[in-house]
Amino acid sequence: MTIQFNDETFRDDYSFRNSDWAIKRFPFPFHEDSYMYAVNMEQHRGGPEGSVYEKRFDVDEHYVSEMRDRAMVLADDPLRCQSLPHMTLAGWDLLELIMVSKSEDYPDLFELHRDGDKWRWVNKPLGIDDTFTFLDDTTLPYSPMEYITRQTQGDFCVLDQRDNNLWMDAGMVTTQADWSLDFDIGMNFFEWHAPVPLAHEKGIFVRALKFLLNIQQGAPARRLNWTMTVNPLLDTSPENYHKWGIQKTTLTPENIGAKQHLRVELQTFFRLPRSNGLVFPIRCYLCSFQDLMTMPKWGRRLHRVVRDLPDELATYKGFIDNRPMMLDYLSEFDDGLPTSPGVWPDLDTEPPLAK
Amino acid sequence: MSKFEFPPSIKSRPVYGTLEARPGKAHLMIADAKGAEAILGIATPDLMATTHVIYIPRGAAFTDDLRALNPAQFYEGPSYAASVSRIRRVLQDAHMGLQVYLTGTEGLIGQAQNEAMMAGIPHTAIQTEHRGSVARRMQCVHCKGITEDVETDPFQCSHCGLNLFVRDHYSRRLAAYQGVCIDAEDPGNVPAPKGIYE
Repeated sequence: MTIQFNDETFRDDYSFRNSDWAIKRFPFPFHEDSYMYAVNMEQHRGGPEGSVYEKRFDVDEHYVSEMRDRAMVLADDPLRCQSLPHMTLAGWDLLELIMVSKSEDYPDLFELHRDGDKWRWVNKPLGIDDTFTFLDDTTLPYSPMEYITRQTQGDFCVLDQRDNNLWMDAGMVTTQADWSLDFDIGMNFFEWHAPVPLAHEKGIFVRALKFLLNIQQGAPARRLNWTMTVNPLLDTSPENYHKWGIQKTTLTPENIGAKQHLRVELQTFFRLPRSNGLVFPIRCYLCSFQDLMTMPKWGRRLHRVVRDLPDELATYKGFIDNRPMMLDYLSEFDDGLPTSPGVWPDLDTEPPLAK
Repeated sequence: MSKFEFPPSIKSRPVYGTLEARPGKAHLMIADAKGAEAILGIATPDLMATTHVIYIPRGAAFTDDLRALNPAQFYEGPSYAASVSRIRRVLQDAHMGLQVYLTGTEGLIGQAQNEAMMAGIPHTAIQTEHRGSVARRMQCVHCKGITEDVETDPFQCSHCGLNLFVRDHYSRRLAAYQGVCIDAEDPGNVPAPKGIYE
């Protein structure tokens, strides 16, 4: 299909909108009526046609505007993109992975022409047509990692693997759920996850690391994570928290349906061939409560999940103060009927709201 | 001299040990203030004959005691900042088998450890022992400015003036804990500062 790219903003007037198509394919993260941490990994080898899982790097209607927002974040704060000196080769690995994947998965949008190490990259949505020499840093306007991630939705953590651990040694991070690459760069897997409550005690990170260390070339994996964001703000960074934190207090019973967004991260994991690094893209999808409620199953389930979430998690995810107002809103969309298993909206089989 | 027992914390927070003399061709001991006591505790004439001591007193009076150990080299610096170029030079000249000992405040240990790491010594091969003040070196996540010797939570950033919550999240690369705005969602509502471990 041909994607119509939105002209929209993720700041100031927040003109971001999801089309009916985008709502229907939103990666709703709850497969049952409750939530607790789990090592919820699965293979990332496609998915239902049209879903966000189908392609290796999903491109959607927000692509062009998200890349514009990223450029603005980087202009304000270049430290959002950093790479320790030993990570340049992994940056080239990532550039190759994305260029090959996108040109194969979206041939109408992206083209890659390779003649030995002379490469030509055509990105039609962004109007880019560049020729460069593969593995020669001087032939690109940015480092390879920065060059390609300025053209790809989602944050990117590029991890080095050594000493039976993964090290956050490079990244492009502008759409993050309140963590700082500048602070965490150089940390190992347990250190950068240190502030997460409950999961260490449950052994989640030990098991997750074991899984990730064994990811092989050509066999990527994926999982979902989620949080809540008031307004469709991509850059919920700690760096700017003193500016955006106040927006959490602007919710009212009248505006919560439009302003409160479920923020879902599609996290994928790919082994990089030359560096043996691991790239960890974190793709952010936003959907307003009122758009989610157009799917009766999601309305029922979101109410139950938010209601029953342990206080530690609601605090860590930053919405404990707004939870009562969220529940007032969401309870109107929960008629107590059972929900079908799995994440899909099942619009054709789930009953409409009986309330 | 009793040592402060840090309460259990998250996995990015550094854990300090107790210095012990290890076999090595050369030894580098960097200390500030009461860290001198940890050096005095492990010093032997044989060890000190191949030891370079770099000491920043910060008002403590251990310089004569350390000199009396007859280290192979002794340097007293007026501040860490004044000493760091010397530390870099010593690490640059170091050979395999150098043993590194860091002791004193967290700020001193963290910054000197970072220098050693940049010289190629893995942080796991460096001995550390905390002594003296429990004040923290903090980075403001907003303006990136570093404030030394923070004793209270919350504290005011010495660079941008924001009121910051003292986190236990720690970066070895920055040798600093993270400070995050405490009143972003309720401007002006800043609790009275209290000691970090109170």
